[in-house]
Amino acid sequence: MQKNKLSDHLVLILGSLFLMVPVVVAFMTSTHAAADIHSNGLSLTWGGNFAETYEKVLTREGGFTGQVTGSRMVMNSFILGIGFALGKIVLSMLAAYAIVYFRMRFATLAFWVIFTTLLLPLEVRIMPSYQVMSDLSLLNTYTGLIVPLLASATGTFYFRQFFKSVPDELLEAARIDGAGPIKFFIDVLVPLSRTMIAAIFIIMFVYGWNQYLWPMLMTTDERFFTLMRGIKQILQVWIGSQIPDYNEAFALAVLAMLPPVVIVVIFQSWFIKGLTESDK
Amino acid sequence: MASLDINQVSKIYAGGNKAVNSVDITIQDGEFIVLVGPSGCGKSTLLRMVAGLEEISEGEVKIGGRTVNTIEPAERDIAMVFQNYALYPHMTVRQNLEYGLKNRNTPRADIDARVAEAARMLEIDQYLDRKPRALSGGQRQRVAMGRAIVRQPAAFLFDEPLSNLDAKLRVSMRGEIKRLQRRLGTTSIYVTHDQLEAMTLADRLVVLNGGRIEQIGAPLEVYHQPASTFVASFIGSPAMNLVQGELHGNRLAVGPSLLTLGGHAPTSGEVTVGLRAEDLRVASSDEEGLQFRLDYVEELGSQRLVHGHVGDQALTASMALDVALADEMKLAIDPRRLHFFARDTGKRIHAPGTAPASQPSVMEVA
Repeated sequence: MQKNKLSDHLVLILGSLFLMVPVVVAFMTSTHAAADIHSNGLSLTWGGNFAETYEKVLTREGGFTGQVTGSRMVMNSFILGIGFALGKIVLSMLAAYAIVYFRMRFATLAFWVIFTTLLLPLEVRIMPSYQVMSDLSLLNTYTGLIVPLLASATGTFYFRQFFKSVPDELLEAARIDGAGPIKFFIDVLVPLSRTMIAAIFIIMFVYGWNQYLWPMLMTTDERFFTLMRGIKQILQVWIGSQIPDYNEAFALAVLAMLPPVVIVVIFQSWFIKGLTESDK
Repeated sequence: MASLDINQVSKIYAGGNKAVNSVDITIQDGEFIVLVGPSGCGKSTLLRMVAGLEEISEGEVKIGGRTVNTIEPAERDIAMVFQNYALYPHMTVRQNLEYGLKNRNTPRADIDARVAEAARMLEIDQYLDRKPRALSGGQRQRVAMGRAIVRQPAAFLFDEPLSNLDAKLRVSMRGEIKRLQRRLGTTSIYVTHDQLEAMTLADRLVVLNGGRIEQIGAPLEVYHQPASTFVASFIGSPAMNLVQGELHGNRLAVGPSLLTLGGHAPTSGEVTVGLRAEDLRVASSDEEGLQFRLDYVEELGSQRLVHGHVGDQALTASMALDVALADEMKLAIDPRRLHFFARDTGKRIHAPGTAPASQPSVMEVA
């Protein structure tokens, strides 16, 4: 065991460097002035422009219309991420509840149909989805941004597996205790699924937060821009001899990285519990 | 509190498989009925049909004179104790006890009083604010019983409630269940595969086999007058010896041995003969008996079980510790203690004079 220690650490250190260095580089570079970055490239040293850059990114109104600030984009990203995660959890829990606990004629078939949609990514149905949203005149709304993405085969699958592992006696005890289907769901199943919900929330929040293609299609109004779009927007401003705001792009990228990290750190113990142990 | 009628109840699964076959049981108010049988005999299915957790395919279940076939479990006025307790893991003990009452919109003061009373009775007062996972198996079982008690139902249904406990705890909980049931006087149905549990708890036993009732009766009645070879071999430990014999007039031949019966034999020809291990004793030299070849001895402390053969048929006898054992012995039995069963159907052959003196039909257990 002792002999292996050094090489173990070496592997771990290399691994963490591999993951950490790009983040550190992005953060350090973001504290330099745009001109510096343009001439010197990426940087590993502290540039001293931290406060100015980040303040500018968060508060300055930019874009073509000059109406969207960084904080607005952060807010939009949060609305998308949280709405997306919560919506997915609610929908997939209800779907799994129906599949597992009710004697429906085609329950198994329904499950497999849902499950096979895992094979179809968003990109496959992006045109028809856009058409539907456009016909419903839901372009440039939060509803249009969130709702079409809510159905979740992954979530339904996880909740189905979890509900199947809940002992039948619990349902029977609840029936004898006079709890109907809705009461049983709210009083017993939801509290039991707490850790599972936390795990799914993290996965889905990060997934929603990182959405790029769909918001790009759905939102043309800059008030609905998310962080992911904002980053690109900054780099597109390449007019004449003006140097692109590399520092701001990096600052936005760092900002965009933070919330998922924070959420994972906060929920990590629940996350692991939810995916590994069942609290029965 | 109520009487309970099970009339011609059957459970038929898809494919025509009958798990419970035309069962009839009439249960008096306050009676403790134990359904006993090997696994797969339909005892749990029957209980679950009474509870409303399984649909009743045929027949009728009445609780307190009301037919409940299509009534929801919650409306049947019953409470159930499950094998694995089925406590809500995310609720404290108190919330577990209260849940059923809350769903019934019982007034708060009433709930508190009932929970306090049940907790005191079961000695779980100090655990009321703990979660079930912080309790031991025995304590969880008490909570599960508490959840049934607070409901003050017409009937308790127990589904093998002690099988997840260790042997010692099982004995003490058994006593406790009996004591509680006496005290509350609530009609109870208890399902178990453990014949000892069945014997000690029941006012009346219902022995089930393959979905059919083999025998209903008080524990001692079932023990002393088993209605079939199935009941004979299932009830009692060690199981009753069943050997093949032949009756001619008042003489019984078992292998090479001959026994003379006191009175007339109930039948003649080939029969299955039942002999309880404790009814066998070593014969004196001038007595007639079974030629017994000893194989091995099991020491139980208070007595010993002697295993061996009569002819080529296995036989077990229970002997006091001071009885001298030999490799070849002659075993005698009071002819009135012999049980006869038809060879083909396994049914008991009744005959006046061969049955033991009648036993009290309800055994008092303090």
